[in-house]
Amino acid sequence: MTDAEIRALIFELIGDIAPEADPAVARDQDDLREIFDLDSMDFANLVVAIHDRLKVDIPEADYNKLFTLSGAITYLRDAFAKK
Amino acid sequence: MPALGADMEAGTLVEWLAKPGDRVKYGDVIAVVETQKGAIEVEIFQDGVVSSILVPVGERVPVGTVLAQIDGAPGAAAPRAEAVAVAAKPAPPPLVESPPPTTVGAPQGQRIKVTPAARRRAAALNLDLGSILKGTGVEGSIRLTDVEVAASGAKLAPPSAKRGLDLSEMRKAIAAAMSRSKREIPHYYLTETVDLQAASTWIERFNAEKSPIERILPAVLFLKAAALALREQPKLNGAYENGVFSPSPDIHVGWAVSLRGGGLIAPAILDADKKSLAQLMAAMRDLVERARRGNLRSSELTSSTITVTSVGDRGAETVTGIIYPPQVAIVGFGRIVTRPYAVEGRIESRPLVALSLAADHRVTDGHIGGLYLSAIARLLQEPEKL
Repeated sequence: MTDAEIRALIFELIGDIAPEADPAVARDQDDLREIFDLDSMDFANLVVAIHDRLKVDIPEADYNKLFTLSGAITYLRDAFAKK
Repeated sequence: MPALGADMEAGTLVEWLAKPGDRVKYGDVIAVVETQKGAIEVEIFQDGVVSSILVPVGERVPVGTVLAQIDGAPGAAAPRAEAVAVAAKPAPPPLVESPPPTTVGAPQGQRIKVTPAARRRAAALNLDLGSILKGTGVEGSIRLTDVEVAASGAKLAPPSAKRGLDLSEMRKAIAAAMSRSKREIPHYYLTETVDLQAASTWIERFNAEKSPIERILPAVLFLKAAALALREQPKLNGAYENGVFSPSPDIHVGWAVSLRGGGLIAPAILDADKKSLAQLMAAMRDLVERARRGNLRSSELTSSTITVTSVGDRGAETVTGIIYPPQVAIVGFGRIVTRPYAVEGRIESRPLVALSLAADHRVTDGHIGGLYLSAIARLLQEPEKL
């Protein structure tokens, strides 16, 4: 899976959780929770959605690695490659 | 027209989901009304046959106005005509007990990818996901918008325009309710710092063994502890109306949900003290999603016996609430912070949460409130028993 595909997937899934979210405002280093106003439940639902779609294991201890867009892309790229 | 909160004076009937001659049963949604809190589904609380519709679509009527007439109950010896204003008492909302499948069958045996939000919305609409041949997401995955479009085409749900939230109207409703509360209720406030070392360790272990959909948030422990502790202090659980406090035999916790763009609503999680942690997590997930979509049921807005608010990991360290009348207490949990904390004479780094109570001095005093907070703190030291 390419970085661009992962990025598109993340925005798609966030769009379902926070329909008003505008991907255009997100920079790679931004905290997704801050910029898209995701609370604890939203972020938990985002992880569920990513897990469902990519079938990658995301331990709760790794959640902080997905807080930024760049971090999430790196983590999921690596996790997907290990599958 | 049901009163969906202390602040509500009137509502607009926007859709009838039943017509004269239809047989209805306890818990059926028969109408949608527009209120300051958005579009609310109105349930019926008796079995019978709709004999007449008394308020047409589009009409705004005061709270208490009879909306429809239901004739008799099935099997009754002599059916009686009874006019109902609906929502006379709460009915349990449906609970999501277990996660639905992650994919659905496609016509040619393919597996269609579906986002969790889309799955839950489809389930709520009783929509067959297999009827959506291709979604608009990546690789044709079905998204929330695809379900809404499909449901609209299938006429399974009212048009989305009726389901939106007018946040300026909600702000007025919040202002009215909170002004009344501050004007009429003599609040007293208590706070307690709670050591969450045991709870954090337990939840970490619990979640490590679970798939993402099965994991729980710390807020679930807070909710369960607050509900269970009410069994020890029933004077904090009920309603104060017309100068009299009526304790509730049931513990229905209003869970405060912040809405995107502003606004707040606290739909009820019924019998929160009796639910497992997994059930509470599922109920919270369901309520948060529907509250933000403007898709709550009347019973969920009228049955809370106390309110609990938890600000989550991006909120303030401390939150002190304003009581939502006619309730007599609101419990607040701030953001979990790591701080130096004295443990058996030593200073240790510990996860802590500021627990608060705002309660009605007409019903209880600080002694009762303090015992209640102590009970919550005690319960959170043994999370495995929640």
